Amino acid sequence: MNFSHAVWLAVAFPLAGFLVNGALALWRPRAKGLVSAVGTGVLLGAFVVSVGVFLDLSRNPSAAPIIVKLWPWIPVDRLQVDMAFQVDQLSTVMLLIVTGVGGLIHLFSVGYMQEDPGYARYFSYLNLFVVFMLVLVLGASFPVMFIGWEGVGLCSYLLIGFWYNDKVNADAGKKAFIMNRIGDFGFLVAMFYIWRTFGNLDFVYVTGHAPEMLQAGGAVVTAITLFLFLGCTGKSAQIPLYTWLPDAMAGPTPVSALIHAATMVTAGVYLVARTNVLFALAPLSSLVVAGIGALTALFAATIGLRQYDIKKVLAYSTISQLGYMFLAVGTGAYVSGIFHLATHAFFKALLFLGAGSVIDTMHHAYHATHSHDDAQDMRNMGGLRQYMPWTFALMSIGTLAIAGIPPFAGFFSKDEILAAAFARGSDTPIYYLFYGMGVVTALLTAFYMARLMAMTFLGINRTGEKGRSHLHEAPWIMTGPLVVLGALSGVGGALNLPHLVGGHAALERWLEPVMAPAMRLGHLVMPEGSTEYLLVGTAVAVGVLGLYLGVRATLGRPIVPAKEAPPDVGFARVLNHKYYVDELYDALIVRPFAWLSREVLWKGVDQGLLDGAAVNGTAWALRIAGGGLRLLQTGQVGIYVVLFLAGALWILRAVIR
Amino acid sequence: MLLGPVLGLSAILFSIGVAGVLLRRNVIIVFMCVELMLNAVNLTFVAFSQLYGASGYIMVFFVMTVAAAEAAVGLAIILAIFRHKLSVDLQNINLLRG
Repeated sequence: MNFSHAVWLAVAFPLAGFLVNGALALWRPRAKGLVSAVGTGVLLGAFVVSVGVFLDLSRNPSAAPIIVKLWPWIPVDRLQVDMAFQVDQLSTVMLLIVTGVGGLIHLFSVGYMQEDPGYARYFSYLNLFVVFMLVLVLGASFPVMFIGWEGVGLCSYLLIGFWYNDKVNADAGKKAFIMNRIGDFGFLVAMFYIWRTFGNLDFVYVTGHAPEMLQAGGAVVTAITLFLFLGCTGKSAQIPLYTWLPDAMAGPTPVSALIHAATMVTAGVYLVARTNVLFALAPLSSLVVAGIGALTALFAATIGLRQYDIKKVLAYSTISQLGYMFLAVGTGAYVSGIFHLATHAFFKALLFLGAGSVIDTMHHAYHATHSHDDAQDMRNMGGLRQYMPWTFALMSIGTLAIAGIPPFAGFFSKDEILAAAFARGSDTPIYYLFYGMGVVTALLTAFYMARLMAMTFLGINRTGEKGRSHLHEAPWIMTGPLVVLGALSGVGGALNLPHLVGGHAALERWLEPVMAPAMRLGHLVMPEGSTEYLLVGTAVAVGVLGLYLGVRATLGRPIVPAKEAPPDVGFARVLNHKYYVDELYDALIVRPFAWLSREVLWKGVDQGLLDGAAVNGTAWALRIAGGGLRLLQTGQVGIYVVLFLAGALWILRAVIR
Repeated sequence: MLLGPVLGLSAILFSIGVAGVLLRRNVIIVFMCVELMLNAVNLTFVAFSQLYGASGYIMVFFVMTVAAAEAAVGLAIILAIFRHKLSVDLQNINLLRG
C-alpha cells in the first residue's frame, strides 16, 4: 500500500475522533470508556499512517516532495490554492513527532483527566488540536499551513481556558490568543508579500524559485522573512511575544506538555526550517532570528531560576529551549534546529507529564485533607522520591537530557546548536556572543532543572503531616507513557548521532533534500578535531557544573512551605516577578489601549459620534423636518383640493405642451 | 352639430363645479359640485361621440354608475359625520390636521 498518498488519513482519523468525542461531549458526557477508546485510538491510527508514510519515504529517501492534492480551495484568477498536503522528509519527521508524542500524551490524559466532568470535551479539543497540527505540518502552501496555524491557536485557547469557571484561566486563554494574533498578522503580511513577489504560494514553487527571483540580502526577502519571523515569535513564544506561554500553564498539564512544549510552540521553528531558502537569502533576518533566539534563551532561563510553581519553571524552560532552536535556524543549522525540536519534544513532554503526575498526587493529598495549599508550589513538595520512585527516575532522565549530559538526547542536539553558532562566528563575529549566551543558558538550564528536581523529590517532605499519607505513585496509564518518553529521551540522540562518536548524522542525511537549497547558498563548516572536543567538553562541563550548583544551592539551606515563606528580596524578587515584563506591557500597551478604547472609541466614537450624531442625530433631524412639514397638513379639505387642482393643472400643462 | 358651443357649456359647468368645490363650505354643496363636474365631463364625452363613435357613450354609462355609487357612499359618510359633529361645515371637519 502506498501510504504517502493516503496521508490525509492521518488527518482524517483525529478529525473523526473530534467529531465523535464532540458529539459525546454534548449528549453522553459520562461515556468515558468510549471517549478514551476513540480519543486515543484515532491517535494510534494516525501514528500508524505516519509510520507507513515514513517507511514509504525511506525506501526512496532522496525523493522530491509528494504533493497530495485533495481539492481546489481558492481558485481565483491567478491565485490558485489547492487544499494539498506535502509529504517530504521534513513533514514526515514532524508527522511522527506529533502523532507519536501526541499519542503518548493522549494516553497519559486518560489517567490524568479521569475524574474531570469535562472529560469528553477535553478529548474532543485534544483531537481537534492534532487535526490542525497535522494540517500545519503537512500543508503544501502557506495558506494551508495557515489554516493549521490558526487552528492550533484556537485549540490552545480552548484548552488553556479549559477550566473556564475560573476567570484567571479564561484570561490566560484570551492572552494567548491575542498575543498569537499579533504574530499571525506578521504571517499574513509575509504571505501577501510572497504572493506579490512570486505570484504563487506553494512551498515547492517558492523555495524552488527563490534563489533566482530574489536578490540575496535584498529588501524584499528581508521583509518577507522578518514578517514570517514575527509570526514565529507569537506562536513559538519568543521575545517580545513570549509572555502568554507561562500563563498558558493554567490549562491541564497534559495540554501544557502537548501544545505548549512538544508540538504547537515549535511551529515557528518548523516554519523557518520549511522556508529555509528564504532565510538563507536574508542574512540580516537570520541574524535577527539567531539574536532573538539567544536572547530569549538566556532571558527565560534566568526567570526560570526563581519560579516556585513547578509548571512555571518548565514553561520558562520551554521558552528558553525554543530560543535555542531559533538560534540554530538563525545560524543556518536548520537540521540542528529540527533535531533539538525532536529531542525537546521527548524530554520536555516527559518532564511536563512527570510534573503532571506530581501535581496529581499533590492535588489528591490536599483534596483528601481539605487543605487549600498550592499543589503546584515546589516549596510544598520535597522528598517525593520515596513516594513516587518511577516518576523520580524518569524525570531524572529528562533532567539529564535537558541539561545536556551525554549520552542523553539533549546533549547531542544542544551541542550541535552551540557548535554551529561557534562555527558561524568565524565569518560573523557576533555569533561568538550568541554562542556565549548559549553556554551561559546551558549552565542556567542545568541549574534550574537541578533546583526543580531537588525541591520536588529530594530533601524532607513539606506537604504536611496529614497530606503525606496520601502521596502515591501515579497509575500505570500515566507512568507508561512516561517510560516510553524516558526511553526516547535517553536514546533520542541516536537520531542524529554525530561522526565524533561513530554516528552517521542520520537526521541530517534524511533531511538533506529539504535543506539542500539553503545549503547551496552557504554551507556551514562545522568545527572538527580539537575545537570540536573543546566545544563538547565545555558544554558537558557547564551542564555538570550547573546540576551540581543547582542541587547544592537548593539543599544547602532549609526550604519553608509556601505559606510561611518570606517574600524574595533583591534581584531574586525581580526574577520571581519575571522582570516585571507583564507589568511593563500592562502599563505601556494594555492600559493605554484600554484607555483609548474606553475614552475615545467607546465614549467618543461610539456614544458620541455613532449613537449621538449618527443614530439619534438622524432621528432628531427627521423630527425637526417632520415638525415643519406637519404644518402643511391642515385637515382642511379645501386646501387639499386647491393643491390637488394645482397639481392637476401642472400635469395638464406638461401633457399639452 | 355644433361642437364648439357644447364644449363651451361643458367647460362652464366644469368651472362652476370646481369653483363650488373650492369655495363652498357646506359638504352637501361641495358634493353637488362634484356631481356637476362629473356631468360636465359626461357632456364632453357625448359631444365627442358624435365624431368618434359609441365608445364615448359607453364611458358615460361607466361614469354614471360610478357617480351613483359615489353618491351612495358619499352621502352615507356625510350622514355619519353629521351625526358625529352635528355639522356639515368643512371647516369643522379637520381631524386629519397634522
